[in-house]
Order: sequence, then C-alpha cells, then structure tokens
Amino acid sequence: MALNASALKIGDTHEELVAENLSRTQIVQYAGASGDYMPLHTDELYAREIAGYPGVFAHGMLSMGATGTMLTNWVGDGRLTQYSARFTRQVWPGDDLLAKAKITNIFKQNGETLAEMDVVTTNQDGQAVISGKATARIDA
Amino acid sequence: MAEFKFPVDASQIMLFARAVGDNNPIYHDAEYANGSEVGGIVAPPTFVQASAQYDPKFPLRPTIGEPWFGSGKEATGIKPKQPSTASSDENKEKKSSDSARMLHAEQQYIYHKPIRPGDELTVTTKRGNSWEKEGRRGGTMSFSETISEFRDASGELVVTATSVGVTTGKAVSQD
Repeated sequence: MALNASALKIGDTHEELVAENLSRTQIVQYAGASGDYMPLHTDELYAREIAGYPGVFAHGMLSMGATGTMLTNWVGDGRLTQYSARFTRQVWPGDDLLAKAKITNIFKQNGETLAEMDVVTTNQDGQAVISGKATARIDA
Repeated sequence: MAEFKFPVDASQIMLFARAVGDNNPIYHDAEYANGSEVGGIVAPPTFVQASAQYDPKFPLRPTIGEPWFGSGKEATGIKPKQPSTASSDENKEKKSSDSARMLHAEQQYIYHKPIRPGDELTVTTKRGNSWEKEGRRGGTMSFSETISEFRDASGELVVTATSVGVTTGKAVSQD
C-alpha cells in the first residue's frame, strides 16, 4: 500500500520498533547476509583486545536496514527514491531500536508526487543511533 | 575505479531481509509479490550492501589461504612484527590496526528502479571526497567517500550508493 497525498500532511509521523533486545546472533546473521565480516561486529576477543571497545557492536548498516523496514512498511514497496543515514552512535547487543519517520515536505517533480521525511532511530535510552532522510513516491 | 558483476538471486534477497529483521512477504513470497504493485519479488532498500559478497577484493572477508585479522588462537591473526622485518609485514600490521579504527559514518542511496531476482548488475566504485575533523569522542577523524553505481544488463542505473567511512584516532568513547 502506498501513501496518498490527499491523506498525508507535513508533520505526519510513523514509528516502529525494528529491533528488540538485539542479539549477537542477528549481528552474525547480518555479517553472513551482507558479506561484511568485520571482526568488530562478531568477534568479542578482537573487539575488546585489539580494537579497545567494550565488546562487539552492530554494523551501522544493520540498523539502517532495520530502519528501512519501518520506511517500506509505511511508504510501500519499490516507492523509495532516496534514503540516507548518518550513524550517530553505536548499537550494542541488547539494544532496542525505535525507528521514526516524519514528513517534512510534499512536492511534485517530473509528474510524480514525492514526500520527503526525516528519519531518526533511537535506542532504549532515547539516544539517536541513526539520523537520516528519505524520499518516496506517493499517490497524487 | 573498480568494476565487478553482482548477480541477484531470490535466496540472497530472502536471507538479507531476514538479517535486517524484515518479514515483509515481498522479499520471499513470489505468489504474494506477483500480485502486488511492484509485480514480483524486489530487494529491500539496503540490499546492495550484499554486493560485497561478489567484490573480489573486499577486505572485510577472509581470503582463503591468508591470515585473517580477527581472532583465532590470539586476539588477532596478524601479529605485530619487529621494526626490522620486511615491508609487506609492516603493511599487514598497519592493515590490522587501521581496520580496528575504521567505522561507517554515513550511507546514502538513490534508487532509480527496483532490484529483482535475476538482475545481472555491474558495480563500479570510485573514490569521492576525503576530509578530516577533530572529534570529541573519537580523536582526529579521517573521512573518505566511496561512490558505487549499480547498473543493470542494459546499462541503466539501478542504484547509486555513497558510503562515507571514517578512521578514528582512538576507539570511540561511549559518553
């Protein structure tokens, strides 16, 4: 289902819990699916002793991918024209991720109606882990 | 500029969607997808990351027959060498310590058309800008941009991806 311009206004929001008690296993699963085997994300010994972190942490792209779930559930499949993210804080095993989008602009371009949105994903302490933007084609 | 082929298949799309926690049937149920607006299975928004599997020189995948910088018997498989050893060893040591300080800072996608199973994508990557910044939590941070274009068999752009990586001066503190 796509969004419809007549039923959408600037300031409208949508949010979804896209990870709950994030597991090390899901991080391993993401490493395998993406092909990004950076040991910082899956190898506690390396993360602590070589890199000096408290332990492994999720790929930024796992959080961006999980946040994408919220976006496509809202705007529909094949509707995104742009999606960007800054990784503002690390995501650790055990974290919950709440992904939110807020419409900032609705406009026409080349015969299409587009909605722009701010995207923020926060952890269970309310700290932003992703700050981004997305644009989607919506129905006129 | 590097170039490689990225064949897209349905199972990889399913596995990728599972890994990001997305159970939308558009990523695994052909019958549902065929009856949907997009008319078939498509890839989730960040799927092109999986092209790393096909990049012959991707550095964050163990290379068969070569030492890996993650842990085995020791915390890293690439041991620091004495200063007098050959330069290739020094390069490996540098690779190990640099990798530990490397993080993904930003990612941007521009979508031109949906990715579907059966697509034979060609990926070209080139370096973009690079810059430095003093950070409160990570010391001196060196940023560098990589731009990847994903084109289908007819040469049309499917996705443009811009990645910004950062090498931090120290492990990023948690305050």
